[in-house]
Amino acid sequence: MSNVFNEYMRGITKDNPIFGLVLGLCPTLAVTTSVENAIGMSAGTAFVLICSNIMVSALRKQIPASVRLPIFILIIATFVSIVEMVMEAYTPALYNALGVFIPLIVVNCIIIGRAEAYANRNGVFDSFIDALGVSSGFLLVLVLIGGIREMFGTGQIEVFGHLLFTIPMMNPATYMILSPGAFLTIGTLMAIVNYRRAKKLERGE
Amino acid sequence: MAADVSLFSIFMDGVFIRNFLLIQFLGLCSFVGVTKDTKSAAGMSGAVIFVMTMASVVSFLLYTFVLVPLDLMFLKLISFIVVIAALVQLVEFVVRKNLPSLYHSLGIYLPLITTNCAVLGAVLLNVMSEYSFIQSVVFGFSAGLGYTIVMLMMSGIRERVTLMNVPSAMKGLPHAFLIASMLAMAFVNYFKVIPL
Repeated sequence: MSNVFNEYMRGITKDNPIFGLVLGLCPTLAVTTSVENAIGMSAGTAFVLICSNIMVSALRKQIPASVRLPIFILIIATFVSIVEMVMEAYTPALYNALGVFIPLIVVNCIIIGRAEAYANRNGVFDSFIDALGVSSGFLLVLVLIGGIREMFGTGQIEVFGHLLFTIPMMNPATYMILSPGAFLTIGTLMAIVNYRRAKKLERGE
Repeated sequence: MAADVSLFSIFMDGVFIRNFLLIQFLGLCSFVGVTKDTKSAAGMSGAVIFVMTMASVVSFLLYTFVLVPLDLMFLKLISFIVVIAALVQLVEFVVRKNLPSLYHSLGIYLPLITTNCAVLGAVLLNVMSEYSFIQSVVFGFSAGLGYTIVMLMMSGIRERVTLMNVPSAMKGLPHAFLIASMLAMAFVNYFKVIPL
């Protein structure tokens, strides 16, 4: 049991898609203008990642090695089309806010990266746990970045109609929800992660 | 719907206002990966301009004359990916046969264009904005040009700051992101300069 838990946590800490593997930067920066969009985007990505990981690992004995990448892309594109149609039908506001980035999940390096590096070599259950861990890591980072940008950019955090809190500010820094704020936030967060890693190495852990 | 938009404003839109790298965040992997020196940034940008323009042409024809008449619009994502992968293969063959020196300097970046979200993004945006044939081609080309401008600026800056004495935690990617943030500040303001 602890083994499964470790495997799950690995996706959040060591193999964290954004800070550990530095994959999937485009959606991370583009849709994190608010916590709500961040949650929607990571839910869509998580669905595709889990389904494609299960599918790839179930079919890994049948897929010939030489054409595996086109096959992975086709599997992923199928699930992305499902997500796109479901979101368009049931959550139109979120669909419009995320725009072109829902179909672009298909070229998200996280998903094809996990299919190639993990699901292609491991069993169905392990691949499922791996996908679960990596999507949780993705969700945490997206919500963190979205939270920081929404808080400073609009002066409040609102999730699905519930106002979580407001900070008293005269002028919210609109800059933060525009593109420069995204680069600033991820650059700073990455520097903090690097700093903590260096400190850990110094202590010899 | 988009018939009344002039070609000039589509061009300015693609290069500056909706710049792919700094405003829309499309193609960031190559933005942080290939901008360590100007030479490979220039080669990558050339390949992206070509593939983006060609993909706009082919995908427009495919969408208008095959997918829409057959009512298979839900297949657009899958078919566009196949088109882009085939185009990249074609470019690779041609470059390898005729320009072996360029082929070697581009190396791994050429096949990686298939998974570059900038190309697929340009094609999907063409469909979403309901551009005509000429408009799609202009948008594809100008988006590639905007990509090139930013790649060249970024690689020029990064070449000059490699020897700068920054705190060790900031070295590499974090530093590159902060530079990108300042570049993006300039590009955000084009919204107000050029009214569409």
